[in-house]
Amino acid sequence: MYTPHTDRDIRAMLDAIGVGSLEELLKVPETVALKSAIDVVHALPEYQIARRFDALGAKNRGVDYASFLGAGAYRHYIPPAIAALAMRGEFLTAYTPYQAEVSQGYLQAIYEWQTYICLLTGMDVANASVYDGATALAEAAIMALNANGRKKILASRAVDPNYRAVLRTYCDGLDVEIDEIAYTPEGTTDMAWLRDAVASKEYAAVAVASPNFFGNIDMLDSAALAAVNASETVPIAVVTEAISMAALASAASWGAQIVAGEAQSFGVPLAYGGPYVGFIASTAQHMRRIPGRLVGKSVDTHGKTAYVLTLQAREQHIRRERATSNICTNQAHCALIATMYLELMGQTGLRDVASLNLERSRELATAVSQLGGIDLKFNAPFFNEIVVDVHRPAAGVLAELQERKILGGVDLGRFYPELDACILMNATELTTTADITALAKALSEVVHVHANV
Amino acid sequence: MSTQTSERTDESPLIFELGQQGRANQYVERGKPLSTFLPAAVLRDELPLPDNSELDVVRHFTRLSHRTFGIDLGFYPLGSCTMKYNPRINDAMAAKREFAQLHPYTPDELAQGALQVMYELERSLSSLFGMAAFSLNPAAGAHAELAALLIAKRYFKDRGEKRDTVIVPDTAHGTNPASAAMCGFKVVSLPSDERGRVSVDEIRKVLGNDTAVCMMTNPNTLGLFEDHIAEIAAAVHEAGGLMYYDGANANAIMGNVRPGDMGFDLMHLNTHKTFTIPHGGGGAGHGPVGVAAHLVDYLPTPVVLATADGTYRLEFDRAKSIGPMRSFWSNFAHAVRALSYIYANGAEGLKRVSQLAVLNANYIRVKVAPFLETPYPEICRHEFVASAQELKKQTGVKALDIAKALLDHGMMAPTMYFPLIVPECLMIEPTETESKETLDRFIEILREIVETAKTDPEKITSAPVTTVVGRVDETRAARQPDLRWKRPG
Amino acid sequence: MSQTDNLLFSKEHEWVKIDGDVATVGITDYAQHSLGDIVYVELPRAGKQIDQFSNIGVVESVKAVSDLFTPIGGEVTEINGALEADPAALNRDPYGNGWLFKVRMNDVDQKNNLLSPADYEKIAVD
Repeated sequence: MYTPHTDRDIRAMLDAIGVGSLEELLKVPETVALKSAIDVVHALPEYQIARRFDALGAKNRGVDYASFLGAGAYRHYIPPAIAALAMRGEFLTAYTPYQAEVSQGYLQAIYEWQTYICLLTGMDVANASVYDGATALAEAAIMALNANGRKKILASRAVDPNYRAVLRTYCDGLDVEIDEIAYTPEGTTDMAWLRDAVASKEYAAVAVASPNFFGNIDMLDSAALAAVNASETVPIAVVTEAISMAALASAASWGAQIVAGEAQSFGVPLAYGGPYVGFIASTAQHMRRIPGRLVGKSVDTHGKTAYVLTLQAREQHIRRERATSNICTNQAHCALIATMYLELMGQTGLRDVASLNLERSRELATAVSQLGGIDLKFNAPFFNEIVVDVHRPAAGVLAELQERKILGGVDLGRFYPELDACILMNATELTTTADITALAKALSEVVHVHANV
Repeated sequence: MSTQTSERTDESPLIFELGQQGRANQYVERGKPLSTFLPAAVLRDELPLPDNSELDVVRHFTRLSHRTFGIDLGFYPLGSCTMKYNPRINDAMAAKREFAQLHPYTPDELAQGALQVMYELERSLSSLFGMAAFSLNPAAGAHAELAALLIAKRYFKDRGEKRDTVIVPDTAHGTNPASAAMCGFKVVSLPSDERGRVSVDEIRKVLGNDTAVCMMTNPNTLGLFEDHIAEIAAAVHEAGGLMYYDGANANAIMGNVRPGDMGFDLMHLNTHKTFTIPHGGGGAGHGPVGVAAHLVDYLPTPVVLATADGTYRLEFDRAKSIGPMRSFWSNFAHAVRALSYIYANGAEGLKRVSQLAVLNANYIRVKVAPFLETPYPEICRHEFVASAQELKKQTGVKALDIAKALLDHGMMAPTMYFPLIVPECLMIEPTETESKETLDRFIEILREIVETAKTDPEKITSAPVTTVVGRVDETRAARQPDLRWKRPG
Repeated sequence: MSQTDNLLFSKEHEWVKIDGDVATVGITDYAQHSLGDIVYVELPRAGKQIDQFSNIGVVESVKAVSDLFTPIGGEVTEINGALEADPAALNRDPYGNGWLFKVRMNDVDQKNNLLSPADYEKIAVD
């Protein structure tokens, strides 16, 4: 129960308050008293809690399989120094740094995080984090809606389908419509379609992802950017695999004004989907519309450098119904972990990780594309994911791989009916040649069996 | 010499001022040049990040931790935030390889342990709070609040009712009106009565066929139980509206009274408050959203279900759902933590938690009443508000100054200037995990501060003096925003 | 003669100086004082048509935000761009360098809806 009260303490405190019992202290009107018993487990001693979770953990057999799952959540190496530092009680048990004088350490860490995100994206300003990549996209769209007062959003179909679904949830609330841009046979956003669409000047923003959901590099080309700018549409870049930022031309370099992304790849565990850490960065012109916390550098009464939460008048606790967002909680602890990852890796380590991701995913692509009856669906330059066309229902192929203790990837038919024979496969620096060899062998068996039927 | 030493430990250079390019750690092998794999046109020219040795980074963050205050260092009576002890078993369980390394797209049959964690947590919360079902999808309290209002919006749309007004008491959290605005609702603010509560008469005045939702927290942010809640709920329902329970103050009610029994149709929880998930400097949170039976179909996806054969599965395809609120299923690591806390307490233990949280708050309330105004002098729940208005008139010392003076004594400041209806407000929430000795020490320090304010006000208005920096110039921070480091020159 | 003698006022603590068909708008000394250190002002774009007493922007101080209501209607012809770099001018010199924007009035009679310096003084008290 983690309560330190002795019976004597309780008696003395009740006496001081002047009530007879704890029940009396918490008395409520009869009309709202409990209408049925509460059905929750009986309390367990700590060692039995651990046993219970051991048993639950053992049922997660998937962690022992060779895995090619990516699609928005990526397995990367996490240096143990991160847990040792991040789990320090000062960081773990602090709240939002409202009292700057006793929160300088956390505030400085967030200032460093904001700087890293700016350096990686090429943007002028970044916030202290948002829930995750999908909500970052939704909040970025709201920034654009507020910037130009339009009531429609345009998004590429090659943006992560989960992100687009969340964007839809948010836009339903705001009575904003979303239109989608088709992808080309190369697996990238159809730029001609995009140019035609923005020419209508109805869209507040256009969102494209690079690398996109298929793993392909997918930046606005110069003609598309010119059309976007001419129509005063806000170009939003989406980043789901943050490691790619170490290798690829920054979103700023191809004209994005807002970058909405997910930084799970920077040292945050997969943890069955969360918590992760979203970020929003933008050019200076959108600074006042950025949602969530921002840390700024200032001075204290003695002129000494000091950090503090700033531009708070944008936020819900002051603006209430006129705030830029309802965000209160951010993902501070995950952002702290990501900052630690970036500091430990440095530019050298980060480039190495990016390079190894490129290398292993090409090894994967070569291995599977050499198999009879299997092709790569697209031929655009890619980062660390590929779309593999197995020419038969992907769900069945994945089920057979699973029997061989391999998680072969994500069935794209789940999101794109026309791609139900395609598997999205990911390789990172942790993918071994042995895993790739085993996958290729299993795939050839599965496909071979099918071919004989 | 001593001055020099203290100045040195006082400094906290940015990591960007420390690193040297090429001082790399060997977490992975050296990679080939990027141009081996991709055309130059899509590659970046430079990656201007510092390289640091692991030791330098470890020292950097250890230094930063020394400049950060958490519950582990001292009393943290931050009202509305429920800063209770975070048991370490929770983190150990969440860090288990079988949970931490589980990919969200792992097929259900290979993630049964994770799904069972989510299912058990969902069932426990539904029973504890009297709801038909929860979705663990939202990432934080405000996020769940948004989900709840989206549910209300969709519900009325399905029924063909045009209801666009949300009623919010003037004591409400700022997220309430902000969330309402994100769903296109108009916000009507409801004044509290002289007892600090919503009055049935006042609410009747604003109810109508435009009423969509009435958002309330009970106990409210003054720490007072809304004793007319049943009549309020009946009036709102009679007008065709829905009742929404802001679960920020759930630590006051567990095992004692349930939102479902009080007549609420929708609610959220901040499991990072009530169920001991560490706040981590302001997140990540965890915000389950719960609903009564008539709204279950609208919950955000996915929801976790038990099947007849004793297995569990995620259900995504639900025609009436408002859709997903975030990229993946839940802040799952936090679901593990919350369930671990429920295991440790059981139903009886959780009831005891709320009782002792209320005991602690009332104990401080009666003990500070002789020297600090308590505008609502009656039994409170898990928190109460004091006011420094009289003291300010007498001495010029404000609530802010008292807060800063507490920092000098190794204690966190209470929440200030909220709720908005109490001038010079200090909102104090001790939580149940603090001992009588800690509370007594806090009361003594508060008494000393108030007495010093009367004899030597400047000593209080110049606080804090023992912290690594003094009060920070917030005006300069906002007028000349410096939000990132830039390379000099 | 005081700084405010030839100005007109709104109940929302804005002032107007009328020069032909052009009105210059700002916030009063009382307003800047109650807001505290002003850090940011959000103004309508030049060219925008605004109605008298409508909400056309916000003034932010460190921990508060207030709506700006225009005391006069018309087309915004100019905004005080210097405030972006130096919002403190609103605190230092609300009737001078701290002016907000200029409006070409579409109805000069709207000034009859405003308060005289003497009438404004009566409401601008704590």
